[in-house]
Amino acid sequence: MNNILEITELRKTFKGFTLEDISFRLERGYIMGFIGPNGAGKSTTIRLIMNLINRDGGDIKIFGLDNIKFEREVKQRIGFVYDENYYYEELTLLEIKRFIAPFYRQWDDRAFMQYLHRFDLAPKKRVKELSKGMKMKFSLALALSHHPELIIMDEPTSGLDPVFRNEVLEILADIIQDETRGILFSTHITSDLDKIADYVTFINQGRIVFSEAKDSLLDSYALVKGGRELLDRDTRKEFVGIRENQFGFEALTRNATHTRSIFGDRVLVERATLEDIMLYTVRGNTSA
Amino acid sequence: MKILISYSSKDPLYEQIARQIKEHILRGELAPGEALPSIRNLARELQLSVITTKRAYEELEREGFIESVGGKGTFVSGQNGELIREKRLRALEHKLGEIVTESKALSLTLAELQEMLALIYEEG
Repeated sequence: MNNILEITELRKTFKGFTLEDISFRLERGYIMGFIGPNGAGKSTTIRLIMNLINRDGGDIKIFGLDNIKFEREVKQRIGFVYDENYYYEELTLLEIKRFIAPFYRQWDDRAFMQYLHRFDLAPKKRVKELSKGMKMKFSLALALSHHPELIIMDEPTSGLDPVFRNEVLEILADIIQDETRGILFSTHITSDLDKIADYVTFINQGRIVFSEAKDSLLDSYALVKGGRELLDRDTRKEFVGIRENQFGFEALTRNATHTRSIFGDRVLVERATLEDIMLYTVRGNTSA
Repeated sequence: MKILISYSSKDPLYEQIARQIKEHILRGELAPGEALPSIRNLARELQLSVITTKRAYEELEREGFIESVGGKGTFVSGQNGELIREKRLRALEHKLGEIVTESKALSLTLAELQEMLALIYEEG
């Protein structure tokens, strides 16, 4: 068994929101993108994995160990990055490091200094002097300096410009050169995942819509465009969501091959992006 | 070794990679026994999923172009020249098939096509 993270029928109910029987798993050596609209349950799931809130039911295994029973052991081997800045603004980067390092048995000062250097962060700078992107990189440096096997990131790229985002993605690709590691990465910016993610787990309204290899998703889903006269009660069933306008329709199919066999040359069939898949699945049918 | 990925192509990414590596091997730019980049390295360089590069290599291995040696990496197969020639001929046949389809779509006769081919062949 080579699952670095295994979630089974995870449940959590808040007032007005339920995370319903969430199940998915991540193998060592891969990057999983965790997507969904705001409020879908991404952060709740991640907080449950980190045991920051109590679960109502289900099972979370990290490195094959229960995340609550073996919390201390497990957290030694996780690098956790989240988007809110929780550091004391007045402290310098080195001072914060001195505060955090003792928690980790495997802390590696040399690695930390190398990350600071690589990310262009001056050790004597104060946190309040850092831009949002630099803070993100600093979190990443802190999270990686104890050589974690599993890296969990909650919205690491939100609020960053495309240049910074791309840098973060390059860092992730570097990390995963070591095939014993795994990365779970939540985001609502799906274009970050179109390229490097190996697996994509999509959550909507507290339920998992799918958790699959990105390649097979992008091969099976497709965007279909055609004239409205092609839509009737039967053909509509072919689509996850349809957008109609005066001049035609655009729709998402889950089975491009089948859709092609029905419509042939009468429609345009194009490669869907993760964003298309997310949009159509969340919104369903709309007509303009 | 040059590998270029097109996102606007309708060919799956793994196929684009496999095809280009195959071409490098067929043209002799990659010699038998030569090491290929690891799937992880290739994925990082091309900014792709590891699953994509893995599938490309699996495809190439199935067709006998490359061999993976457990723990050591992936290498170009040491196939004999006859086999490679046969594969190139098959690839050529496939391309000719495409030309014939296109010619028919343009209502070209066989004679006209042969004439065109002869002309280009002589020029080359």
